[in-house]
Amino acid sequence: MRVAGFGIHAGAAARFRFDGQSFEGREGEPLAAALLANDIRLVGRSFKYHRPRGILTAGSEEPNALVTTGDGAGATPNVRATVQEVWDGLEARSQNAWPSLRADVMAVNDLAWRFLGAGFYYKTFMWPRAFWERVYEPIIRRAAGLGGLSGAHNPDRYERAFAYCDLLVIGAGPAGLMAALTAGRSGARVILADEDARMGGRCLSERFEICAGPAHVWASGVLDELASLPNVTLMPRTTVTGVYDQGTYGALERVGLHRAADPRLPLECFWRIVAKRAVLCAGAIERPVAFKDNDRPGVMTASAVRGYLNRWGVAAGQSVTLFANNDDAHRTARDMVAAGIKVAGVIDSRDTAPDSRDYPVYRQGRVVGTRGRLGLTSISIAHAGGVRDIRTDCLAMSGGWNPSVHLTCHLGARPVWDPETQAFLPADGAVPGLAVAGAARGVFSTAGCLADGVAQAASALEALGLAAPKIDLPDTEDDPYRLAALWQVPGKGRAWLDFQNDVTVKDVVQAAAENFRSVEHMKRYTTQGMATDQGKNSNVAALAVLADATGRGIAETGTTTFRPPFSPVSIAALGAGAQGKGFAPQRFTTSHAASVERGAPMIEAGLWYRPSYFPRAGEATWREACDREVGMVRGAVGVCDVSTLGKIDIKGPDAGAFLDFVYANTFSKLKPGRVRYGLMLREDGHVMDDGTTACLGEGHYLMTTTTAAAGLVMRHLDYVAQVLRPEMDVQIASVTEHWAQFAVAGPKSRELLDSLLDAPVDPEAFPFMACGPVSVTGVSGRLFRISFSGEHAYEVAVPARYGAALWRLLVAQAEVLGGGAYGMEALNVLRIEKGLLTHAELHGRTTAFDMGLGGMLSKKKDFVGRAAAGRAGLLEDSRQQLVGLRPVEAGAPLPAGAHLFEKTAPAVRGNSHGYVTSTAHSPTLGTTLALGFLASGRARHGETIRLVDHMRGVETLCEVTGPVAFDPEGGRARG
Amino acid sequence: MVDLIALTPCAGLLPLTVGNLALAEVDAGPIHLIAPFRGGQAATDAALSKALGLEMPGPQATTRKGAARMLSVGPGQALLLGAAPPALDQAAVTDQSDGWAVVSVTGPDAREVLMRLVPVDLHPGAFAVGATARTMVGHMTASVTRTDEEAFEIIVFRSMARTLVHELSEAATGVAARG
Repeated sequence: MRVAGFGIHAGAAARFRFDGQSFEGREGEPLAAALLANDIRLVGRSFKYHRPRGILTAGSEEPNALVTTGDGAGATPNVRATVQEVWDGLEARSQNAWPSLRADVMAVNDLAWRFLGAGFYYKTFMWPRAFWERVYEPIIRRAAGLGGLSGAHNPDRYERAFAYCDLLVIGAGPAGLMAALTAGRSGARVILADEDARMGGRCLSERFEICAGPAHVWASGVLDELASLPNVTLMPRTTVTGVYDQGTYGALERVGLHRAADPRLPLECFWRIVAKRAVLCAGAIERPVAFKDNDRPGVMTASAVRGYLNRWGVAAGQSVTLFANNDDAHRTARDMVAAGIKVAGVIDSRDTAPDSRDYPVYRQGRVVGTRGRLGLTSISIAHAGGVRDIRTDCLAMSGGWNPSVHLTCHLGARPVWDPETQAFLPADGAVPGLAVAGAARGVFSTAGCLADGVAQAASALEALGLAAPKIDLPDTEDDPYRLAALWQVPGKGRAWLDFQNDVTVKDVVQAAAENFRSVEHMKRYTTQGMATDQGKNSNVAALAVLADATGRGIAETGTTTFRPPFSPVSIAALGAGAQGKGFAPQRFTTSHAASVERGAPMIEAGLWYRPSYFPRAGEATWREACDREVGMVRGAVGVCDVSTLGKIDIKGPDAGAFLDFVYANTFSKLKPGRVRYGLMLREDGHVMDDGTTACLGEGHYLMTTTTAAAGLVMRHLDYVAQVLRPEMDVQIASVTEHWAQFAVAGPKSRELLDSLLDAPVDPEAFPFMACGPVSVTGVSGRLFRISFSGEHAYEVAVPARYGAALWRLLVAQAEVLGGGAYGMEALNVLRIEKGLLTHAELHGRTTAFDMGLGGMLSKKKDFVGRAAAGRAGLLEDSRQQLVGLRPVEAGAPLPAGAHLFEKTAPAVRGNSHGYVTSTAHSPTLGTTLALGFLASGRARHGETIRLVDHMRGVETLCEVTGPVAFDPEGGRARG
Repeated sequence: MVDLIALTPCAGLLPLTVGNLALAEVDAGPIHLIAPFRGGQAATDAALSKALGLEMPGPQATTRKGAARMLSVGPGQALLLGAAPPALDQAAVTDQSDGWAVVSVTGPDAREVLMRLVPVDLHPGAFAVGATARTMVGHMTASVTRTDEEAFEIIVFRSMARTLVHELSEAATGVAARG
C-alpha cells in the first residue's frame, strides 16, 4: 500500500509483470517495494519445504524474495526483488513453485518436516551406492532448488574493466560520504562505490535529521559536491564483492539490469579496482529473531519495514507489530505512527523499553507463534503481563545489528566478538591498507558514523602523504544503541534461522547432538549460511544457537569462513568478453584469405588458423584432396604456408656459445649460409622442441621453432639469457611476425623458384641445408634449402606485407607445373612417411635417446638438460623407443592412441609395450603407416606385433620398422 | 616479371568509428628493435643522437624527434619507429617493420574504452602523454602508448590485428551504449 506524502523517490509510473499479472510501479524503485505497494506479500517458495515466503529485508542480503527476470536464453534466475529496480516492461517470475506460487504441489514436503530435518538426505539415500549420482541426486535436485538456468547460450553482453585510485570508499552511507568528502577535498583520487542506485545509505530510509534538515537532503548536498570534484569517481549500483592481494578489490556494477534491454549495453561490469588505501563503510545488517513460524510473508526486519515507508512511501502492512530487543528498532513503530499506520503492539524482550502513548508496549515480551498460511494474519505473544494474540499483517523484528565485516575477512582474518554490541567486529589490521568506519565496526549512531568516516579517511590520507582538510561535523542524532541479547524464543515447532536454506533452531541443535560441534561442520551438515545470501541474516544467530547447544561462548564457537564474493557475481560478468571470438586471440597468416577463397577448411593450430587441405572439383572427401596434394609434392611441386613456425633472431658476440648451451648439439661451428637441425632439451633431460637454426652471418643466427612451442621457446631463451647465463652477451628478438615464409617442396621446386627469383637458384650455392639472401621480384627475401617432406625443397621468406601476394604467385606457378597448394593433412602425411617428428612425438615425456637421436647430445660441451639426460634410467634399452609401424595387411587402420602388444598377449594395460603417436594413409606407399613408441623398439624391427585400440574397437597386426618409411637414404632431399 | 603488392596489417579492417571513438591504422614507417650489447648503451645513444636526434628512452617512456620516435618495450630494448636506424655496431638491430599492427585509438572515450581491456592505470596523472607500457589488451600482449590527451597507440602482433579490432570495437560499443 502506498502512503501519500511519504517517501523520497520520484520515479515515473512503470508497468511491470509478476507471474504474468500486470502491476503498476515506479521506475527505479525496487521490485520488492513495488510488490508491497500492490499488496503482494507472497513472493516465493522456500528451498526445501516449499514454504510460502515473502520479503524479509530491503537490501542485498535478501534471502527470500528471489525471482527470475527476463525470458528464454536471456532469463536471469535468483534475482533479489530488493535489488532489482522496476522499469517499464520488467518481467519477473516467482521460483521453485509448481503449478503456481499459491498452490505449490511440492509444499507436501512441509507436511513431512519431521522426517526432513538436518542430515535427512545423508541418512536416507545411502543404498545402493550406484544410485547416488544416477537416481538420488537428480531427484533431490529437481525437488529442491532456487531458480534454474535456461541451458541456452547467453546472448547478453557483459563487461570487465580496471580502475585505479588513491582511496576506495566502500559504501556511501553517513560514514562513507564523510570519508569520500574528506579525501575528495584533499585532492586524492577517490572512488566511492555503493551497491544502491542512489547513494546515501540509511540517510535515505530514516527520519533522523542532519544539519537540521532531512538526512537525505544533506546526503544529496554532499553527493553534489563529490560529483563536482574531478578527482572523485562515483560508482553507484556497484557492489565491492571481494578483497584480493595488493589492494585489489573486485566489484560488480549493474549497468543494464535496471532498464529496457539494449543489445549494445552490458548488463553488468566486473571491475578490478586497485586502491592504495580503502575505507570500508559497509554498514550493518539487521538480524531476525528465531521464533516459531517466523518465516511467514509479512514478517520482516524492522529497518526494512520503516525503510520501505520512509524511502519508497510504501507500507508493508496496515496493522504493524514490532518484536525487538533494542531501542533502535522502536524507530519503526514511531515512523509508522507518524505515517498514520496502526501499530498494534510493540513486544520488547527487555525489562526496560521506551514507552509510548501511541501503541501498547509489552515488556519481557516474546512472540511465540504466528498464523496465516500465505501471509501473516496474527501473532501470539507472551510478556510480563501474560499471553495474548494480536491481529497483525506485518511483524517487524529486530535482534540487533551485525556489522558488515565480510570484506575484512577475505584475506583470512577472523572477526572479533564484542560482548557490548553482541556482534562480531572487524579485527584490527585484517586487510593491509583497509580501514573500517562507522556501523561496519560497531559505531551505530549517525553522529558517530560521520565522525568516524572523517577520522578514518584522514588516517588513510596521512598514509598517502596527503594533508587532510578540516571538516566540520554536521549535527545529527547520537542516540545510544541499547540492546539485550536475544537469538531465539524457545518452544515447540520450527523457528527459522536461515530462511533461504530452511534451517531451523532444531536443525542446529540436532547437528550439535550428532557431534557436528565445529561451526564449519554444523554449516555443512545443516546447509546453514549457504546459497545466494550466504547467511548474511542468519549466521551469527545460528552460531549463537550452536554455542548454546554445545555449552560454549559465542567467541569460542567462532564464525565460519568469509569468502568472496560478498554478494552473488554472475559467471558471465567474471568471464566478460571471453565468449566466442573473445575466448582467445585469433592469429591469421598472410595467406589466410586466399586459402579461404579456395574453400580450404581452416583448423586451429594453437592460436593460428591453418588450412587443412585445398579441395578441388570432383574430390568427394578430404582423403582424396590430401592424397593428391601428397602426390603433387612427391611428383611435381607443392607450396605450403609455414609462417606460423617460430622465428627467433639471435645476435651478439656470444650468440654461438648461447646456442651451444640451449641446444644439445653444437652450433658455434656452423658456417654463415648454413642451416642445422637442432634438438633442445628441458632441464629434466627430456626434449622440449626441435627445429632448424640458420647462421646468417658472424654472430647472427635465426632459430626456427615448432608452431606449438614458439612462445615457450622464446620464454625459455629469455630465461636462459637472463638467469642461467647472464654473463653471455646476446640479444634475442622474435621475428615470427615480420616474415611470411612458404615451403616450396618437390622435384620441381627449383624450377618454380627460378620463375620468381630475380636470379635463378645456384645449385652450388644452395646445397641441402644452405641459406642465403634472395631477391623475389625485387623484394629482399631469404631462401633456406630445408625439407620437412623429404623432397628437394626450400622455404622462401619475404616481409609479411608481401606475403599475400607471394602466396598467390607461388600457388599459380605451382599449378602451371602440375602442383599446387598443400595443407596440414598432406604436410603430416609427408613427414610421417619420412619419420620426421612433431609434438605428437615430442610430447614432453620422451628423450633424445627414445627418438634414436642420442648421438646428437654433444659430449664436448655443457647444455641445458645434459646432466639429467644422462641418468641411467633414461638410457635403458628397455625404454619405449621410436619405431615405424606398417600393417601386415596393407591399408589396415593404425589409429593414434592405440596400444601395442605382443602377438599373443591379452590386450590389457599391464601388457602394453607401447603406443601409436601419429598415423597416416600413405598414397606414396599404398598403405597406412604409423609412428609410435615401443619397448626396446630399435631391437625389434621386423617383429610382428598386435595393435589394439579399445576405444575404436580396432585390432591390427603390424610389422615393426624403422621410423623412416620412404626414401630412408634421403637422396631425394639432398639431390 | 610481376610486382608483389604490399598489404598493411589492418587492410580491410580499419578505419572504424564506434560511438565517439575512432580506430585507424598507423603507418609507422620502418620499425626496428634496438637492443644494445653489453656496454654498448652509450655508443648506441650517441649514434642515434647523431643520426636521428634522439636517444633510447628510459623504462615506460618514449623519445621523439620529427618522424623518428622510440618506445621502451623492455629492459634495454626499444622500438625505433618512423626512421631507418643508423649503423649501430654495439647493438642488436632487428627489422620488425612487418611484424606489428599499429593502431591509433582516438576520441573522448579512448581511456574509458581502454580501461575495459588494459590492466594499467591510464589516468593522465599516472600515464601522461608520452608514457608507454608493455601490457595486455584483452588476452593479447601489446604495447600501449599515450600519444595525446585523448589518443593512444596500440601495437600488437600483425597476425592479431583482427582480434585487436574486434576487442576494441566490442569494448567501445559497450562504453558508447552507456551514453
